[in-house]
Amino acid sequence: MPIQNLNIDTLFDSLETAIRCQIAERKLKNPLLVGIHSGGAWVAQHMHRRLGLVEALGLLDITFYRDDFSQIGMHPRVKPSQLPPQLEGRDIILIDDVFYTGRTIRAALNEIFDYGRPNQVLLAVLIERDGRQIPLRPDCFGARIALPDGQRVKITGPEPLGVCIQTAVCAA
Amino acid sequence: MTKHLQLTEQGRLKHFLTIEGLSKELLLEILDTAESFAGMSGHQVKKVPLLRGKTIVNLFFESSTRTRTTFELAATRLSADVLTMNIATSATSKGESLLDTIRNLEAMHVDMFVVRHALSGAAHFIAQHTAAHISVINAGDGQHAHPTQAMLDMFTIRQLKKQFSGLKVAIVGDILHSRVARSQILALNTLGVAEVRVIAPKTLLPVQVKNMGVIDLHDMAEGLADVDVVIMLRLQKERMNSAFLPSESEYFRCFGLTEAKLKYAKSDVIVMHPGPINRGVEIDSAVADGPRSVILQQVSNGVAVRMAIMSMAMSGHGVVA
Amino acid sequence: MSRILIQNGRIVDPANHLDAVGSLCIEDGKIKAILTEPAGFSADTVIDAVDKVVCPGFIDLSVRLREPGQGHKGSIATETRAAAKAGVTSLCLPPDTRPTIDTPAVVEFIKDKAEKAGYPQVYSIGALTQRLAGTELSAMFALKQSGCIAVSNASAPLVNLLILRRAMEYAGSHNLLLMYRANEPSLSGNGCAHEGEVASRYGLPGIPEAAESIALAQCLELAELTGCRVHISQVSCRQSVIKIQQAKKYGLNITADVAIHQLHLTENDMIPFDSAYHVIPPLRSEIDRKFLLDGLAGGILDAVCSDHQPHDLDAKLGAFPETESGVAALETLLPLMLDLTRQHGLSLSKAIAALTQRPAEILGLDAGALTVGFPADICIFDPSANWQVNAQNWLSVGRNTPYWGQTLSGRVMHTLQAGRLIYNFQDDSQ
Repeated sequence: MPIQNLNIDTLFDSLETAIRCQIAERKLKNPLLVGIHSGGAWVAQHMHRRLGLVEALGLLDITFYRDDFSQIGMHPRVKPSQLPPQLEGRDIILIDDVFYTGRTIRAALNEIFDYGRPNQVLLAVLIERDGRQIPLRPDCFGARIALPDGQRVKITGPEPLGVCIQTAVCAA
Repeated sequence: MTKHLQLTEQGRLKHFLTIEGLSKELLLEILDTAESFAGMSGHQVKKVPLLRGKTIVNLFFESSTRTRTTFELAATRLSADVLTMNIATSATSKGESLLDTIRNLEAMHVDMFVVRHALSGAAHFIAQHTAAHISVINAGDGQHAHPTQAMLDMFTIRQLKKQFSGLKVAIVGDILHSRVARSQILALNTLGVAEVRVIAPKTLLPVQVKNMGVIDLHDMAEGLADVDVVIMLRLQKERMNSAFLPSESEYFRCFGLTEAKLKYAKSDVIVMHPGPINRGVEIDSAVADGPRSVILQQVSNGVAVRMAIMSMAMSGHGVVA
Repeated sequence: MSRILIQNGRIVDPANHLDAVGSLCIEDGKIKAILTEPAGFSADTVIDAVDKVVCPGFIDLSVRLREPGQGHKGSIATETRAAAKAGVTSLCLPPDTRPTIDTPAVVEFIKDKAEKAGYPQVYSIGALTQRLAGTELSAMFALKQSGCIAVSNASAPLVNLLILRRAMEYAGSHNLLLMYRANEPSLSGNGCAHEGEVASRYGLPGIPEAAESIALAQCLELAELTGCRVHISQVSCRQSVIKIQQAKKYGLNITADVAIHQLHLTENDMIPFDSAYHVIPPLRSEIDRKFLLDGLAGGILDAVCSDHQPHDLDAKLGAFPETESGVAALETLLPLMLDLTRQHGLSLSKAIAALTQRPAEILGLDAGALTVGFPADICIFDPSANWQVNAQNWLSVGRNTPYWGQTLSGRVMHTLQAGRLIYNFQDDSQ
């Protein structure tokens, strides 16, 4: 998808469609939505509303599971992870805003599995961009883009949510 | 100099030896980080992998069960490997020099020393002479500092009082010999409380104690008037034998915290004690076990605070130049 | 018939009220002439001292050579070389060697070693009590006969005042000077720092000022009672200066010295837990330092010494309270004295007198002055030469000085002892 056409509502529509598709195809039972702080949590909140789920949204802070602790240390304000006490056998839809290198997702998976053994984990992201460094990929995405060197894509929020390419125009 | 010893060039924590030289912002960062860890023990998962693969050595030249076990627990919850060494230093057996002990352990590729020693300045010495990649945490050196205890006390105060500004804090007991008190005074003043009072007989106060940023008093009625926080210090039995005090009962009568004396303080005062407590000497059981006491809360905060300090000290070391 | 001419130097000789540029002639190890050259004097050696100061060689009242007994910290050979480099031509060795200087045999040993090292002017100070244990009088007469210049308790206490009284009476009866280091052990305890603001903040066991001044007061009273000549060694605090002033005012024949570092450093200079600042008596407050400085300027304190205590590396490695106290102080003595003239208004003449004339008077030596006929003990120094305290510029085995790595101003160029050149800066370039 051309970068100039990124529109937040369009992204959400696409993602919702994709997720509903996967829920049906994979026959997910009572899926638990888990958003990764901070951008993923905002996206997950919107998805939670759109999907009309009853169970509370799960939230993950991966600060303690990052692999760059030795290099850059730790941000002090770690938001508490909120997951239901029992993860055994659950179907989880893991939600993040941007999928880039894959390290965030690796950390999130490590954390989830430390809590318990889910039945399956589905990865849904608003934007998948090029630059993967870990052999993981999203199951659902709102859009797939490629970015030239030196540019990043960020989701801004929480209200209003927007998508922004760092060195170009911000699109709401 | 202490500031430069404890911090990296980027101003990040490298060693944690004393509160002196640390900014208010850094102390608050420690408290915030501890907050993140505090929620953990309620979880199914009590461990995080932050320090996996790291080796932490508890070097205890002075024996201590409670401090040692909280450090062990903190290290374990960070997924580090822990080694505890209790090195008895008796007058007769000189044993290995401090430096040799350190060098031998360094040869086994360790990442952090948690040191408790009977002499002031021991942790500083180790930090200055240890290999560049190793962090040193002071678990109490002589009469100088016990900064992790002070931080868990600050954490407890913040939990219960929300803000430091405007607080009146009284520390009661053997200030002269107390490394905990010295660290608490520094932390309280750096964090900006309104007033720090020390209450003790003159024999148990350091000379020129006012220069440490406190008001010194010898009377509990005056000293506890209107305070928000009372910190009781442990009185060691040998003070009676070395002519600091006549007897435990006289000390208790003057300076022991009873419910009657507590009434001088604010009605929502909190009572703290670094432990272990001497019931009937510095504090009455009714107060220690009473509604204003937060002593057990201090203990449970100890692990989270030490996890915060250890992880902050270990972070950012592998920076590629 | 060795003749030496030192020319063009600024000759400063407080004992003879001299401060003028000119020549100094030496013959046969003695001072032959000052400011004039005797007719027909042809020198074998000429030393050009232009822009330098020429003064009597320094007499250091307390220098530990660490021999016999502590070879890992230094030796008579190494430390006398450092003394020569420091412009010191006579030094007093306190009795706390191992074994202590309480028998003539030890005195002879030291004399012998000193001569072999080419530095014979080492004056042993005998122990006041046997083994410095503070209980039994030492054989002071024998010690004096074998060459001890005085007796001292080093830093060891006497068991009680009665023993001190007897020791002073006995020393007095042999006309021996007592060099007394005042300390009341029950008050100083295991203290390692001045009992004041800094020790309180850092939780270091403190030594109150009173520990020194009380012992000093007791000694002064006993000096009056016994008539013993007393010199107070290494005063460190205001109260001591006051008591010495009072005693002198009331006619008591006492003298006192202060260690050079006490005139410069205070508790506030101590980098936390840096054992280079671990000294006994401890570095005290700014008020004490001011009193010591004023005391020196006003003549209440008579002399300055280095209190040289070289240490091996291990002695200073450890938590502060467990490290050994003392500074290696010979080679920094001159520049630090000159700093007092530069920054604290002490006249050059008073400064040099405190290192030469006064110690000589205290010890009763024909020295410390450029008097014709005296032994040619001379120091020639460059007051403005800057040098860094580092391994290239340091001769003492002990490197334990808070000035390590710093650049100081003032350097000895030549030192002559009884007319022999025992130090020449040109030999330094390695």
